[in-house]
Amino acid sequence: MIEMKMINNKSCCCSNDSCCSTESITPYDKNDEWVIGEICTPNGIVPVVSTNLHFKDTLGAWKVRWGTSRINYKISPGLYAIGKPDHISPVLVSANYKLTFDTLRKELSGLDCWILILDTKGINVWCAAGKGTFGTDELVNRISKVGLSGIVSHRKLVLPQLGAPGVSAYEVTKQTGFSVIYGPVRAKDIKDFLDSGFKVTEEMRTVKFTMWDRLVLTPVELVAAAKSSLMVFGVLFLINLFAARPFGLADFIAYTGAVVTGTVITPLLLPLIPGRAFAWKGWLLGLLWTLGFIWLSGWFVPGFLLLAIGYLLVLPSLSAFLAMNFTGSSTYTSFSGVIKEMKIAVPLIALSSVAGIVLLLIKSLSA
Amino acid sequence: MKHRYLKNVATLSLSAEKCIGCGRCAEVCPHGVFTVNEKKARIEDKDHCMECGACAKNCPVSAIAVDAGVGCAAAVIMGWLTGSEPSCDCSGGGKCC
Repeated sequence: MIEMKMINNKSCCCSNDSCCSTESITPYDKNDEWVIGEICTPNGIVPVVSTNLHFKDTLGAWKVRWGTSRINYKISPGLYAIGKPDHISPVLVSANYKLTFDTLRKELSGLDCWILILDTKGINVWCAAGKGTFGTDELVNRISKVGLSGIVSHRKLVLPQLGAPGVSAYEVTKQTGFSVIYGPVRAKDIKDFLDSGFKVTEEMRTVKFTMWDRLVLTPVELVAAAKSSLMVFGVLFLINLFAARPFGLADFIAYTGAVVTGTVITPLLLPLIPGRAFAWKGWLLGLLWTLGFIWLSGWFVPGFLLLAIGYLLVLPSLSAFLAMNFTGSSTYTSFSGVIKEMKIAVPLIALSSVAGIVLLLIKSLSA
Repeated sequence: MKHRYLKNVATLSLSAEKCIGCGRCAEVCPHGVFTVNEKKARIEDKDHCMECGACAKNCPVSAIAVDAGVGCAAAVIMGWLTGSEPSCDCSGGGKCC
């Protein structure tokens, strides 16, 4: 029988009846607000984690979504506790990306369970599984490192379904004796899953990609595009020094519109845009934007034709390229599909852009 | 609205002969590509396959083959530029690359 004691933030075995080893299984920073206590196990101390998110967690999530401090947003791998788990409590396995950890723990209020965090180098479960860091070897090693078989008496692990590309369930069982149950895709379904005795519905198994899912991914794309755009603006500034028709506000708006079309509008409207290839979808919306802008600016006249054609070649290609890059953020594009799309799209984008840039330069320098 | 990507490109294949009908493939597939009937798995809709490789990795009798990889254009470009295998080792995107 395993005996456990909840204590608050102090060392575990200060009393005489030493219930456990005083060694910490999982190192953590005492200043972390999300650790609300410690629990004793036969193998050492395990931090107890809050199921509430604090302002700092929300701010952290906001920052990574906007592309700042994304690297190193992680926690120590190891074992954590939710509530007052004991030897029969379920073990949930997850990644050490802080955003992933926060998404999981906020769904676990009122539950008693263990969370086994793998070292995925601060990457989310699905991507880490694709790279193999959320994988069989790491799971097997982590189980022995925390001494899981001495902490729980059952031999079951609940893994997120999206960890499956990296983990071979039968291999884990062969090496550790623990059987693997693949839980729901989304953390919000975990409670229903545990309450129903590990039953996963078709709905819980399927990956979605809702407009909201897509919206939260767009800031990072926009920020990355804005950074590259600084170089473009630098070059345009130099050209302006000896241009007959300097680039100005109208050009800036036309360009920015094309960037926003590729990085934000196309991802948002993704399934509504006709066609299947991402580059095509981006090109189509980019074309609509460019046509609209040129028409509103009154550039469909002989004196501005070079400019109009130039932009019609450059801007939709730019939107197409940026939209194509969203394949990496999507949840349903295959490697073979992306390769096929790129073999057609990349040469067309390159040719169209070069031709357009030449026309724009002729117009600008000779006006 | 259901997302659909390019048709007839997925490299997924299943050997009905080897299949023992354990159902792991249907369990791990994020897009419901497999169904299991009378102890045999079947590919229901190959065009929904995103080649994540979860089914092949978890098939205990190696009945499934798929050329798994990342469906990420940025990764492919980096692979072309550096001459290496495309991987998710980039800094953009919350979900992945």
